[in-house]
Amino acid sequence: MTPALDLTETGPHMTVQDTGRSGTLSFGLSRGGAADRHALAEGAALLGQGTEHAALELAGMGGAVTARGDLVVALTGAVMRAEIDGAPAAWNACHALRDGQTLRIGPATRGNYGYVSVGGGLLSPTLLGSRSMNPVAGVGAPLEPGTRLAVGGAGMSRAGLGLAPLDRFGGGALRVLRGPQTGLFTAGMLKRFEETTFRRDPRSNRQAARLAQDGAGFIAEGGLSVLSDIIVPGDIQITGDGTPFVLMPDCQTAGGYPRLGTVLPCDLPRVAQAGPGDTLRFAFVDRETALGAQRAAEAACGALTRSVAPIVRDPSGIADLLSYQLVDGVTAGDDLS
Amino acid sequence: MPHPEPLKDFPLIAPLGLGGWLVRFGDRPDDAANRAALAYRAALDAEELPEVEETALGLASVFVRFDPMASDAEPLRARLSGLLAQRDWFAAELPAGRRRWTVPCVFGGDHGPQLEDVAGQAGLAPDAAVRLLTRTPVRVLTLGFAPGQPYLGMLPPEWDIPRQKTLTSRVPAGALVVAVRQLVLFTAATPTGWRQVGQTAFSCFRPGDEAPFPLRPGDEMRFTAVAPGDLPTFGGDGGASCEALE
Repeated sequence: MTPALDLTETGPHMTVQDTGRSGTLSFGLSRGGAADRHALAEGAALLGQGTEHAALELAGMGGAVTARGDLVVALTGAVMRAEIDGAPAAWNACHALRDGQTLRIGPATRGNYGYVSVGGGLLSPTLLGSRSMNPVAGVGAPLEPGTRLAVGGAGMSRAGLGLAPLDRFGGGALRVLRGPQTGLFTAGMLKRFEETTFRRDPRSNRQAARLAQDGAGFIAEGGLSVLSDIIVPGDIQITGDGTPFVLMPDCQTAGGYPRLGTVLPCDLPRVAQAGPGDTLRFAFVDRETALGAQRAAEAACGALTRSVAPIVRDPSGIADLLSYQLVDGVTAGDDLS
Repeated sequence: MPHPEPLKDFPLIAPLGLGGWLVRFGDRPDDAANRAALAYRAALDAEELPEVEETALGLASVFVRFDPMASDAEPLRARLSGLLAQRDWFAAELPAGRRRWTVPCVFGGDHGPQLEDVAGQAGLAPDAAVRLLTRTPVRVLTLGFAPGQPYLGMLPPEWDIPRQKTLTSRVPAGALVVAVRQLVLFTAATPTGWRQVGQTAFSCFRPGDEAPFPLRPGDEMRFTAVAPGDLPTFGGDGGASCEALE
């Protein structure tokens, strides 16, 4: 039997994502890829495989999948409640999912985008050079219950491992580079932007994260007559009413709204995972600082494999504790001295 | 088309994100700036610089993406700048390899409910507007907003019609719409501030096809007026023909 994941319950906006595509920007299709790249790296580290593999991305809401063949799955990104055939399964860990077993995932309790990576990767169709889906743009159809996603391999050797996730949850500081239109905003406006505390509006999606705040909007000089130009993920786009949006992986490729700057790629997972109560702050950095930050983040992703360790299971979390063989090797006691 | 005043601040190169340079040829919709960007991008692509991951054409700019972890930004900027200095890109010929698409279109009526409105704003009778739209060859200035979706231009100055303040809730895929001296042929049904003057059966994005994006920046497009009964079912080329341009 070809190993596969059968989708039995699909939440809204569930997609397959990898690291995205290259070469379609000029045709009006942006790079796409996982909203939280760190989570893909963590899944790959847990499974002991490369970061090029595609994973299932769950946007806020959970779902359920059933294994066809013996699989190993890694659960990373937004923390969600997970159960395998009713037994709790730890997040930020990898687990055996044997043929016929069902992994059921509840809504996110921390963060927004959760990921199910599979040993061998998901082998859903390659669409324009990547398995990343963008149903809004017509790239791949929305995932429905009954969908079977082929898996590239099987094997049980890596199950039962966990890792400490990279720091990106709970909001925080975002580093911003100046861009071609930063100069359309006055120094005072940029200063106020840096001093403002924002929240990620729940109306955010894979196209853009809407930034909510209580004060006045941010207006560019001549902002309504800006020529439509190429836009990239991370750009902070200011709409006509002064609301900032951070563009995400499925953003459009061109836009006519003024852009205040660009959030560093390594800080985008922090935007993607900011919860409703979390606050976000922005600070402009120079290119040297930005390069250092990006390098440090990539090094941290590269070092994840070293932090992977067997998970110590809390017995209270094991539903079928009595079925475990806990007393192997117990002796009468008089042979120990 | 002559430019009203020299673009004295252009071209210029600006960083866009950690891994991108934006080479800008203007700051308004302008045929000369778009031609310059088109020619510059073709020349840059022909150089096949190993550090360049991909390039993209904006209305009046070229975006150059590179991997900031693998290559330094400044040497690439120097190469982009060197290429800029090689010639007057505003005087460059359009690049080779362009195609001409001839696309059947139903103008007016239910298929172009805002034709009269648009014609009035351009100071023309609806018939005269259709004659102009079918006789003016337009060029794919850039693709964007939706995959494969062309911005076509430039139309004469009197077609500098602003976008509507309130959106039309839905125009269908294949709709031909007008604003700011440009035409757009919609990839998918969408709400829009642009005004619909016609309807084609041409599909701009065909996922799964060998050529999912039929149009390329620089391609020429012409529209021929057909009766509603002669419009093919939406999909594929929708009755359009394609020929290579010299």
